[in-house]
Amino acid sequence: MSAPLSDAVAATPTRANTGRRGGLLRLLSDPMGALGIALVVLVVLGAIFAGVLTSHNPIGMALGERFLPPGALHLLGTDQLGRDLFTRVLYGARIALTVALIATSISFIGGLILGMIAGYGPRWLDSFLLLVFDALRSFPTVMLALALVTLVGPSLSAVVLVVVLATLPGYARVVRAQTMSLKGAEFVLAARALGAPTRRILPVHIMPNLIGPLLILASMDIPVVITIEAGMSFLGLGVRPPTPSWGSILNDGFSFIRESAWPAIAGGLPIVVATLGFTFLGETLRDQFDPRLRKDA
Amino acid sequence: MLVYGVKRIGLAVLITALALIMLITTIQFIPGDPAAVLLGPLATPELRQAFRVEMGLDQSVLIQITRFFSRAVTGDLGTDVLTHRPVLLTVAEQAPFTLALIASGIGWAALLGIPLGCFAAMRRGSLADRVIAVLSVSMIAVPSFVIAIYSLLFFCVRLGWFPTIGAGEPGDLGDQLRHLVLPSLAVGLGWVGYLARMVRASMLEVLTENHIRMARAFGLRERTITFRYALKLAIIPTVVLLGIGVGHMISGAVFAEIVFARPGVGRLMYDAVITRNYPVVIGGVMITTAFYVLCTLVADLIAAWLDPRVRSSL
Repeated sequence: MSAPLSDAVAATPTRANTGRRGGLLRLLSDPMGALGIALVVLVVLGAIFAGVLTSHNPIGMALGERFLPPGALHLLGTDQLGRDLFTRVLYGARIALTVALIATSISFIGGLILGMIAGYGPRWLDSFLLLVFDALRSFPTVMLALALVTLVGPSLSAVVLVVVLATLPGYARVVRAQTMSLKGAEFVLAARALGAPTRRILPVHIMPNLIGPLLILASMDIPVVITIEAGMSFLGLGVRPPTPSWGSILNDGFSFIRESAWPAIAGGLPIVVATLGFTFLGETLRDQFDPRLRKDA
Repeated sequence: MLVYGVKRIGLAVLITALALIMLITTIQFIPGDPAAVLLGPLATPELRQAFRVEMGLDQSVLIQITRFFSRAVTGDLGTDVLTHRPVLLTVAEQAPFTLALIASGIGWAALLGIPLGCFAAMRRGSLADRVIAVLSVSMIAVPSFVIAIYSLLFFCVRLGWFPTIGAGEPGDLGDQLRHLVLPSLAVGLGWVGYLARMVRASMLEVLTENHIRMARAFGLRERTITFRYALKLAIIPTVVLLGIGVGHMISGAVFAEIVFARPGVGRLMYDAVITRNYPVVIGGVMITTAFYVLCTLVADLIAAWLDPRVRSSL
């Protein structure tokens, strides 16, 4: 039931069928892909133009306007301190996407390097690295987060650290499996026969074939990253208040759920929109460009 | 089977040991002073030093690791700073609540996920199949804590169908079950999605095999073929998936226990983080990690027992 990646070379998209326009059209032709793109664009634009889209201050309190229901002035209502929830949700998108971008890049690059070493290097190193990846994956994520944050205190970098530890082994394992199957491919054997050293074969001949599937994997991992970030700030382990993060907005709403349901609803909404959007997009990307990455097919 | 079992158990022990070594080493190499973070800014230098000595943080990593393992094999995971009771005892007291939560979460996943997956596979390509596909993906995508809060809002606050807090009266099974419905749904809903997809995919694979065609040629009813012959084979990969699922449900349980104010290991550890009860946090991480490794081990052994082909994979 592990991913059948042995023929990954054949499944890797070539430049011809992933031309930008063709690719986008293919994504939009699938209803799920189109919805995914729409939701993702919504979140990204909201994060970029947060300052333009709203005139409220995300941390500006107005105690006379506590728990207002959604309305024309406050699209999602206000929280227990009278802060505009729509504004806080928009600024929260910046935190979510920043963590997603930074943590995914680190996991991507780290997984690429460690996976290639495991897949191409000597057998003992491979066994050792596999063991390390398995050990890392055996920590339940939230437990790992609780343990690390007790020691370093809550911060954005603690969130990034937890996300990297939780996701890097996944990338590394895919890269390892692909590298092993590419190791015996004819073009790699040919390069070796011509006397190319490992330091040339790995980056020049093997790596380009890994990037495509890995990008799709990364796009599917983004909802996981967003979930970890929101979950950690929900538990008070992420960015510190008053900086708005989706998880802390949700936690504020949860604490005052007896006063008003709106803040809790407003806090959950962006998490639902973002995780669904990125998941739909990632699933469609994989189905269209690399169906062999499917874990369950 | 015996060879596979021994190898697989050895691997599990190795993974657990390595995970714990990594945890202890990380604690040592983390920048900053854990004593300062844990005791807060008001602690005097003497107090910090006393804490370091008490926790063994003044020793070298190697000594800490050997010391930890020699204690851990006797079941000594340290002492709760607040109650001065053994950590193992504190965690063991809370464990039944979390185990019940996870078991019911798996119950939801199996009860809803397997029929959904079967149904989708039998009507491949139909509208129902596509709707189930989108539903499954959505259930997987949305985090459990959002589901917990939304279901709390809807079913408890708005409709008043279920109680909002606690685990129910001790001894009153009906009450305890009513308290379990929503938290376990929040924990298990994502796995309904995973299971539905997994069952659908492996059903489709099994249905193309020769013995199924044979059964059809004999004129067996489609329902008999699906449930008696195909599902039996198709269910094997889901066993492994559920083993992995337990690990994720441990994470989900933390949120469910907080949102529904239930007792449990997740709640215990969360409270320990707030009160900076360091031995309970570390002990809890170790126990849950070992439990997770044990679950994947059991799942792999069951799969190998059911399907001899798995045994050659190690």
